[in-house]
Amino acid sequence: MEQHSQQFKENAANALADAGGVAQRDILALFTPIMRDAAVAEFGPYEALRQHVKRVRQHSLDNLDYYLARFELEATNNGNQVHYADSADEMNSIVLDICQQHGARKVAKGKSMVTEETGLNDYLQRGGLQVMETDLGEYIVQQAGETPSHIVGPALHKTRDQIRELFLDKHDLGERELESISDLVGEARVVLRDHFLQAEVGIIGSNALIAENGYSMLVTNEGNGDLCANLPNVLIICTTLDRVLPRAEDATAIQRLLVRSATGQPHTCYTSFYSGPRRAEDADGPLETHIILLDNHRTDILASDYSDMLRCIRCGSCLNHCPIFAATGGHAYGWVYPGPMGSVLTPLLTSLEASAALPNACTSCGRCAEVCPSAIPLPDMLRDLRHEQSVEKITPASWRQGLRLHAWLACRPGLYQFLTGIGIAVMHRIGRKKGGFRSLPLAGGWTSKRDFPSPQGKTFMQQYRQRSRSNEQ
Amino acid sequence: MNAPESPRVSLFVTCLADLMRPSVAFASIRLLEQAGCVVDVPLQQTCCGQPGYNSGEYEATIPLAKKTIELFEHAEYVVAPSGSCAGMICHHYPKLLDGQWRERALALAEKTFELTSFLVDVVKLESAPAITTSLPTVTYHDSCAGLREMGVKEQPRKLLRNLCDVDVSEMQQSDVCCGFGGTFCAKMPDISEKMVDDKLRNASSTGATLLTGGDLGCLLNIAGRARRQGLDLEVRHVAELLSGDLYSPAIGEGE
Repeated sequence: MEQHSQQFKENAANALADAGGVAQRDILALFTPIMRDAAVAEFGPYEALRQHVKRVRQHSLDNLDYYLARFELEATNNGNQVHYADSADEMNSIVLDICQQHGARKVAKGKSMVTEETGLNDYLQRGGLQVMETDLGEYIVQQAGETPSHIVGPALHKTRDQIRELFLDKHDLGERELESISDLVGEARVVLRDHFLQAEVGIIGSNALIAENGYSMLVTNEGNGDLCANLPNVLIICTTLDRVLPRAEDATAIQRLLVRSATGQPHTCYTSFYSGPRRAEDADGPLETHIILLDNHRTDILASDYSDMLRCIRCGSCLNHCPIFAATGGHAYGWVYPGPMGSVLTPLLTSLEASAALPNACTSCGRCAEVCPSAIPLPDMLRDLRHEQSVEKITPASWRQGLRLHAWLACRPGLYQFLTGIGIAVMHRIGRKKGGFRSLPLAGGWTSKRDFPSPQGKTFMQQYRQRSRSNEQ
Repeated sequence: MNAPESPRVSLFVTCLADLMRPSVAFASIRLLEQAGCVVDVPLQQTCCGQPGYNSGEYEATIPLAKKTIELFEHAEYVVAPSGSCAGMICHHYPKLLDGQWRERALALAEKTFELTSFLVDVVKLESAPAITTSLPTVTYHDSCAGLREMGVKEQPRKLLRNLCDVDVSEMQQSDVCCGFGGTFCAKMPDISEKMVDDKLRNASSTGATLLTGGDLGCLLNIAGRARRQGLDLEVRHVAELLSGDLYSPAIGEGE
């Protein structure tokens, strides 16, 4: 997918100028945390489960070579064909090859952020295939010619009216009202049913790969994943190698956290386990199944100081709780993964230069880390990325030098107190009557949006020294 | 005079109280003394180093962290009228430093507290000389680092109830960031503006005419934006309210 992260600030300004979008995001930012909190409270020993899942994920990653080999063995024994892809292009070309081997023309696709990352749809379409997204949100986004704005709810940026207009425009179904949400869902279901029945290949993602039995777990609310997986003759599961877990019960432990964190539900409507191709005694199912395990810098991340990020289970809770994501929406981040997890992942999966604004799109408020089901220290990682930006001189020189000068000066109390004493006295003299400044040299970022309150008078240190002296006399 | 067992507190003034609002530091001293503490103020202190640290200038921050540790490690308690500066000392100095210095940072972290949590949780200040000024409707902004790093939530509310006879009129999303974020507000002013406007709207919706909180960074941001918007909202640090200092101009108010 093409990256526009460098324009984050411009993208954000545009998003903030769209009053309808702002109102939509304000509602989501208010209610999604309430729903998540209620689900967590009802669950009970949430923190214990969270720490358990953190350990399980960490253990799986620490022993990734072992569990991957085990998964590959078990999955192959189940009749799956397992492929490894180093890069996005490699995954795309494996998928296209499989489709071409089967003479496929139509592909039905379930929701998958990994294939957004590799740009699979464009690749297959260039190869002459028709690709239909079947998750309702992804379908809406695809019809609108857009990209997902949220890793769990791809079309959360669209209002009901916008979706209605889109369907009236795109579906040639004559005069109709489409007033209610169920009308909209019903129409999408009818349109998509034909695609499911015609597709020769189904593509889905995976929430967890289970090493002990070679199964792949998928949670969905619409059941479209099961239709993609069972109706076409060929199934391709596109996922990344860091999804692997030791046991089936580890996958279900993650499911408990994932769903509550993502949507505030106790369960999604469907939690599916895919074992492999149809066996002789099975009534239905695909005849051939492939599992493609993408690396695309995951092993680099595993070897780096950012390996904690691989514990992410893609629940989207950090997005829902981030006030910056709430202000700008997901598209402003300019690539596949937005919000706090995206601001860490994007520089690691693309480059720090091309993502320079993202690690700075953070006030270190800590709300993301507080709700992260895998207890990933997101604000610390964003700060570490800012450190790397400074070391690599990606941070503007004026910022670097200014902040270093401040720290240098603060190490010299005599000089610091002398200079701040003068500066504060001047500011107080000018600002005391009005109480604040509408503009101030070197503080344009601050005063562009707010007054700079005037200091009270002498510094505390000056006053305290004076008082101590007069007490001694 | 104070009994020999009086807790001895070294005040970490914070650079913002030192430069912008000394009344916060004087109020902190009064409150600590009312709670029976003996307070001293190490004169060589400057800033905890957050501006550089949060911008990723780790190497420049390390000497400052070491200076602060050297200056305060002999204290019995260190108290700061700021959750974020206390959080910097408690949680980030140990991350920044290695070996012996890390051990010293951890030892300092053990005895460093945010003001209101120290008053409630450690010295258990229940009452103070009656404060005669009656307060208007007050709302409270939970600053992020105080809330999430230092566990400050109920303590300031309890003190306001016990010392000022005020029940906080809670705003919606009081625990959501005000958009200050140190250098963030200057780096991304448009987003910061949206966040602080949300904060002001939520605060005003309570009917409060006075907003208080425990961190001057947030309060300068909120007061500065309220002034720019022409809102009639008084902004003061919670230490000032608790010590009965309502006479000096509020943050951003002219003399």
